[in-house]
Amino acid sequence: MTPIGAIATTLTVALGLSLYRVLAGPTIFDRLTGLSLIGTKSTILLLLFGVLTDRVDVFIDIALAYAFISFVGIVTIAKYFEREDDE
Amino acid sequence: MREVIALALLSGGLAFVLAGVVGILRLPDFYCRLHATSKCDTLGLALMVAGVAVLTPLSLTTVKVLAVVVLVALVNATAAHALGRAAHRSGLPPWRLGDPRPR
Repeated sequence: MTPIGAIATTLTVALGLSLYRVLAGPTIFDRLTGLSLIGTKSTILLLLFGVLTDRVDVFIDIALAYAFISFVGIVTIAKYFEREDDE
Repeated sequence: MREVIALALLSGGLAFVLAGVVGILRLPDFYCRLHATSKCDTLGLALMVAGVAVLTPLSLTTVKVLAVVVLVALVNATAAHALGRAAHRSGLPPWRLGDPRPR
């Protein structure tokens, strides 16, 4: 296995571990934190996939779009679940 | 030479990302977890993507790869701030010493 393949495999394991917080997090905000972690790791994984298959020029556009969409989703959901104390 | 620099950047970034995963699994409440993950993940991604940028031949793609670093540095901080603000305004109490440790 190439060193980059080993790094990508370790990153996949870390991605699976952060899925635990999404499934088990006591509050909705813990779940969202886990989701943002998964979004970041997926962006890195997409770029490493590009390096492994020698097509970084294709995967970089997907990674950019993925990073931005993940951000918009998390901020939108956080805004949706934000409410004032006394209700 | 290029591969050595790229591998050093990639493994350094991987160490930060793994520290963030340990933080989100082990720390006791939401605010601690947010504190651990937002910074570790941003720096880990910046290092790892810089490693990828070293590996790609110099072209427009390199500029785009570095644009990912800038975008995520702006975006991760904003998302963490929005999450913390939403939790605080919803009245989520912070964990204090002596409280039971949640899973």
